[in-house]
Amino acid sequence: MTTTKTIVNVGIADTKTVRHPNTIRTLGLGSCIGTVLYDEKRGIAGLSHILLPDSSQARAANSNPMKYADTAIPQLLKMLQEQGARNIKAKMAGGAQMFQAGKGTSFMRIGDKNIEAVQEALRKLNIRIVSSDVGGNLGRTIEFDPETSRLSIRKRNHDIYTI
Amino acid sequence: MNVFQLTTFQKDILKEIGNIGAGNAATSLSMLLGQKIDMLVPNVEIADFNEVIELVGGPEQPIVGLMFQIEGEITGVMAIVVEIEEAEYLVQKLTHNDQFLLSEQTDGTELEIAMSALSEIGNILTGSYLTALSDFTGMNLQPSVPHLGIDMAGAIMTIGLLEISQVTDYAIIIDTEIRQEEENHENIKGNFLFIPDPESFQKLFAKLGWN
Repeated sequence: MTTTKTIVNVGIADTKTVRHPNTIRTLGLGSCIGTVLYDEKRGIAGLSHILLPDSSQARAANSNPMKYADTAIPQLLKMLQEQGARNIKAKMAGGAQMFQAGKGTSFMRIGDKNIEAVQEALRKLNIRIVSSDVGGNLGRTIEFDPETSRLSIRKRNHDIYTI
Repeated sequence: MNVFQLTTFQKDILKEIGNIGAGNAATSLSMLLGQKIDMLVPNVEIADFNEVIELVGGPEQPIVGLMFQIEGEITGVMAIVVEIEEAEYLVQKLTHNDQFLLSEQTDGTELEIAMSALSEIGNILTGSYLTALSDFTGMNLQPSVPHLGIDMAGAIMTIGLLEISQVTDYAIIIDTEIRQEEENHENIKGNFLFIPDPESFQKLFAKLGWN
């Protein structure tokens, strides 16, 4: 028997969920963070691609909650729980510093702030981070397979590895 | 003003900005390389963040991106985007080293020279673009130091969208492509993406007398 696998694509400031045998991915993460929440036993997973750490810094009303670490992570958890996921764990990747800091504005250091914000959001929800691949200065494409609970990571000019 | 409902007239003004700015930048590049550089008709797009990245080839497309923050009466971001091979060609031309390649094996000193050559090109081109724009609008505009990145387009371009992303989920982009066509090296092209902050449009339209 053959099963067709679909790869679900998550864009910037977006959040989606997936069930095995399908996989979920997001492309070209720089300072952004891809956070995967998953239920190993049931093969359900979700991926959020956040851009900024903190929604209270937003200067506009009705902003997309999936853009910020502090609002996207709880929403992703809710989405998964509604689908019956329990005993949820996390993996995360991204948060690179794409440009040399130097004289740049605070935005040049946004990667670190995003990492801290995602970790904080997960801590508040009591979700354990099983593994993470954050920081550095290279962009990442990540793909999660709910079947194996492996998160594969690809960087430019590097071999794919999994965490 | 709702910036996401530009009138045809407002769009034309923004296109004219791309024309004047990138036109001047193309002239500078042409003088720098001693070659003819053509400019395409500017494209004014209202795009969400994912669409912005599609404009430069999609999130995984390897690019060389030079990012400037614009300060002054108009604020925003200027991104100059070229493909890796095009950046190599520019470095080859400027350093008179036609063997130069940007790869993992590139020697550290050579890479440093290349990075500074590219940054300098970026300074000159952004300077030309903004000077022309300053003259046209009578408004003061200054670029920051260049931030140079070589990586996937998604990873580089999102940095340029961070400031805007605090206010809105869409960007108005004035995208102008310049290209050079030579017999033995076809279609060297680069994109100037001028992404003014949302508040800057009102100022711009007011200043130019079309409110």
